[in-house]
Order: sequence, then C-alpha cells, then structure tokens
Amino acid sequence: MSALEDQARARSVRNAWALSAPALVILAVAAVGPLLIVLVYSFLTPGKYGNVEWQFSTDGWLGILFTRDIFDDTLKLADAHLTIWWRSVRLSLLTTLFTFAVGFPTAWFIATRPPRARGFWLFLITIPFWTNLLIRTFAINEVIRNEGLFNTVMIRLGLFSEPLRIINTDAAVLMGMTYVYLPLMVLPLFAAIDRFDMRLLEAGYDLYANRWQVLRHVILPIVKPGIVAGSILVFVPSLGAYVTPRVLGGGKNMMIGNFIELQFGQGRNWPLGAALSVTLLLITTAALLFYVRAANKGGNGHG
Amino acid sequence: MIKSSDEKRNGTGDGTRVNEIAIEARNTIKAFGQGGVAVRALDDVSVEIRKGEFFTVLGPSGCGKTTLLRLIAGFETPTSGQILLHGTDITHLPPNKRPVNTVFQSYALFPHLTVAENVGFALKMQGRPRAEVAQTAREMLELVRLGHLADRRITQMSGGQQQRVALARALAARPQVLLLDEPLSALDLKLRQEMQVELKRLQHETGITFVFVTHDQEEALTMSDRIGVMSAGKIQQIGSPREIYTRPVNRFVASFIGETNFLPATLGPEGAHLSGGEVIELATSGPRHGPVTLTVRPEQLRLTPPDEPGALPAIVTDWVYLGTDTHVHLQLRDGTALVARLQSNPTGETDLTRGGAMGVRFAPGAVQVVEE
Repeated sequence: MSALEDQARARSVRNAWALSAPALVILAVAAVGPLLIVLVYSFLTPGKYGNVEWQFSTDGWLGILFTRDIFDDTLKLADAHLTIWWRSVRLSLLTTLFTFAVGFPTAWFIATRPPRARGFWLFLITIPFWTNLLIRTFAINEVIRNEGLFNTVMIRLGLFSEPLRIINTDAAVLMGMTYVYLPLMVLPLFAAIDRFDMRLLEAGYDLYANRWQVLRHVILPIVKPGIVAGSILVFVPSLGAYVTPRVLGGGKNMMIGNFIELQFGQGRNWPLGAALSVTLLLITTAALLFYVRAANKGGNGHG
Repeated sequence: MIKSSDEKRNGTGDGTRVNEIAIEARNTIKAFGQGGVAVRALDDVSVEIRKGEFFTVLGPSGCGKTTLLRLIAGFETPTSGQILLHGTDITHLPPNKRPVNTVFQSYALFPHLTVAENVGFALKMQGRPRAEVAQTAREMLELVRLGHLADRRITQMSGGQQQRVALARALAARPQVLLLDEPLSALDLKLRQEMQVELKRLQHETGITFVFVTHDQEEALTMSDRIGVMSAGKIQQIGSPREIYTRPVNRFVASFIGETNFLPATLGPEGAHLSGGEVIELATSGPRHGPVTLTVRPEQLRLTPPDEPGALPAIVTDWVYLGTDTHVHLQLRDGTALVARLQSNPTGETDLTRGGAMGVRFAPGAVQVVEE
C-alpha cells in the first residue's frame, strides 16, 4: 500500500517536472544563462576593440567606484562614476516622490468616481502606453527645448527675454521620468484606494482626527501596500532608465543605464559594463526584497 | 464630566432625572437631490434629548432616522434648521470638533491597528500623553470585558467582540453624547440580547446620553428611557416605551410597535359607535366627534359567552396555538377582523370552534382613539 502511494507520489512529481520543463528551459536559456555570462564577463579583462580577453581581473568591479591613476596605477575614487551613481539614485528617488505626489490625488480621484466612470479614467491613464517611449520622450524634448513650444510661447508673451534652459539638465530628466512612470504609480495606488473602506474616514473624523490626521493615521497606513508597490514599480525602472536621460539629459547628464551602454560602446570596457549591470541588478533586488517585507508587514493585519 | 447648560427645564417625565437638554434638533430639514427631484429625508424634525437618557429613534428603513443621527454626528449639514448641544449651536461644527461619538453600524474599526490602538485612537488624535492613552484604552476594554484581547488585530475578532471594541472606542474620549447606528443588527439573536443588557449597563455606568437608532421595536422597548418614532422623515410620537405602546397617537405608531387591532367607529357623546350599532365607552372622552379609528392591543381582549351583556358579538374564524399564548381570530358583525391574544391553558386545548359565536370585551381603558 505504502509502496503504491510512494510510486504515485513519485509519478506526480515526475509529471510536474516534465510539464514545467519548457518554462524551465526558457528561463535557463533566456534569463539565467545571459546573467551568468554577464557575471563571468565582469571578472575578465577588456579587449582592445571591445569584447573581452579570457584573463581574470577584478578591475571591472573596482571600476564601479574607483579609477586607476594613469601614471602610478594607484586607486582613487572616480568622481565621475560617483556623480553618475548619485544622480541615478537621486533622480530615481525624486521621480518616485514626484509620481507619488501627482499620482496619489489622481488615484484618489479615480477611486472615488462612480464605478462606471472609473473605467474611463483608468483608460485615460493607460493612453500613453499606446505610443513608443522614444517618441513620447522626443515629444517632451520638443516642448521644453530652447526653441521648443514652451520657450517660444513664453518669449512671444514677453514673459521671458531669453529661453529658459531646461533641456539637457537633471530637471528635464526628472520631468521626463515623472511623466513616463506616472501610470506605474497611479495603477497600484488606485487598486489600494479602491479597496479602502471610505466609512473609515467618517470614523476618523468622528474620533477627533482633523483632515491631516485622517490622511496620516487612517488613509496612508491602510493604502501603504499600494504606495510601496507603486514606488518599487517607479523606482526600479527609473534607476535603469536609458532613453529618457539620453534624449532629455544630453550626453553630460548620464545615468547608470547610459553609463553601462557607454562601456559596451565607445568605452570598450565590457567587464566594467558587466560589473555595473550586476550592481544595478543587486540594488534592484534589494529594493524588491524591501517591498516584499514591507508588503507582508502591511498585509499582516488585513489580508 | 458634563457641566452646565444654558437651558434648564422643568421635568415632564419621570421626575427623578434632571431634565437638562443634551442635544436638540430644531426644525431640521434635510433634503437630498436638487429642485423638483429633491427628497426630504428629514421633514421639519424637532426633538429634545435629555442629558443622561437612553433615547431611541425607532422607525422603518428609509424613515430618516440615520440621517438624523448623521446630522447630530456632523457628517451631514441640515438644509435648514439647527442642531444644539447643551444649548450651543453646533450645526456647522465639523464632526472632529463635536464632543459626540458614534458606534457605526459596520463598526468601521481600523484594520491596521490593534484593539487597544483602535480604542485609544480618539485620545491620540486629541494629543493626549501616550501613557494616558494606553491607560484609558485599558480601562475601556475592561469596561466592555475585552481586557485580555488588547493586542489582538481587529481581523482576529468575532462580530460580537468587534461590536464591543467599537463601543469602547466611541466611549474612550468620554463623549457628551454617544450615537449608536443600529449597532446590534449584525449580531445573532442571543448575542443581540446580551448586548442589549450590556448597553444598558454601560449607559448606566458612564452616565453618557445615548441616542440609539433602530428599526427593531423590541430593542427600542427593552432599552429606552424614551422613544421617538419616525416615519417618512417626520417624528410621529415621542414618549416612554409605555406611553408609546399604550397610547399611540396614530395608526402608524400603533401598528409599528407591537401588534394591534383597528376598528372604524364614530365618536358620539356616550362613546364610540361601531357600524354594527354597538357602543364602546372610552376612558378619555375627547371633544372630538365624527368618524375615527380605534385601536386595542390583542392582549386587552377578553372572550366571554356570546350572550353576556355588554360584550360585542363575534364569530371565531380561526385560532393559532403559540405555546404561552393562543391567538384567536374573530370577526365582528360589521365585518371588522380582530385578533385576541389569550394565555394558553395548561393542556393547550381550547373549547373554541371555528364559526362559533363568542362575546368580546375590551379591558378598561385599553381602547385608544388614533389618527389615521
């Protein structure tokens, strides 16, 4: 009897593996494999014309933060690299903050519409996804560049005497990323606010909380899972953003994504590019782990 | 706790209480919607609720009783009229500035907080010291006998426990008036009866004015010092449970609270004349004349032998045995149907026969004249 049961269990385990085999193969070939290659490349020596030479080196990893002096080979902190890291993290955090500041009232507005109108508003939120990111970014470029819509109108109205330089600044990148990633903040926030029991607002007011206290002590803690989800959805792609800083930030205001691209292109330093990529992946993973923990903590009380 | 009032009033009730008015609605109208489609949820409602009393607003769903409660809590502003708390106009005061707390029908407990944190919420919002908040929360939970569950999550509590947490939370800040919006409707019968006793005890121990909204007439009769019966946005009658039950002013109140019989009659000098020609003497002879409706409770009917002098001749159409009582359905000569509730005899047997003749008498003073 027990032997039969064991056989049956073994068969069902075999079947489960066999059925998941195609997915596992794709994951191995398309995700794990390339990542391993990146990891291996990060420990090799750069080739003269790109690619790598099969010689072990940790220079790629050191290059993330340090640079070697051309003359005496001593390691120094690479200011340029630090600036890029700092800009990436700062702009990503600011993007998260701005998308939250704009997205929370938006999501609240949508969630408090009559059920039939909500679909329409959500539909409006998703419209930007219909067009290629590059085109949308160039459209912003067209609006804010020195001879663009905004400056032309301002000068014609006599409000500015010369164009306000927005393009090719961090502000332009921030503006672009806030625009691009806003829907990723609004949608999870909407989902959380939609589940929020509006009767709790009255309970809050009834128990002597003013509007600010109701927001701080009732609404925000309860919709926190949505805030965390939206923040991660915005922060993670912001950190690796490539198109937006390239088109709106110009060549000088690089973010990590552009820096990585540079190593595989003109820089011809594949190991550094690989090491940077892995570092980015680790930061992203850390952010996701933080999310999982925060979401579990928040979800503890109310499923 | 509750000090001074601008309006001192002379007692008209049972006399033992100081009949100080805690909360008053003065000519309040609340209309929802605009212009021609506007619906008056409250249609010129005036009510005075005395300090320290257990006042029940009783009425069917949609009668405006919850709207009245929401006006007192501050969630709605009246279209016209005033809400006064101890004589002070609070009509436009937001809910967080009113010393009035609510026990919500859905409880509306905060799911992200523990039981103790829920109870301490009001005091925390008032900026009281942390130690005081914790201390009061503990006391309040003891008061509702949940002291041992202070650190539980709300989602881990049963419906009855959540009910008690909601009560403790609303009482924690020592409100001058506690509003209860059908708080027992989600509980099963046994729990509901327990909570009725519990609520009376809490009201007695805290001395806080309770305004309780319900559609359950039994609940209202059991717990209230006074009842305001509402229908169609209007207060129909205000009085003690006894007054409401024994002297209903109109057909609605008579039929909504308990079971009753109605008899069409014409008032004359010697009493009420039924259309069959019989005359019923009334305890209170008003100055009124002409057609009226009489009401008499089923338990105030006595059956007599058919030929007894002064008894109304009737025919037994049916009877229903209900354990302690037997309901006997009768028909008078003019076709009026009556129900008599008689105590069942020890064997549960009756000597009634369907179609048999009987006499009906009413207990002295039991017949009331009501308005339509």
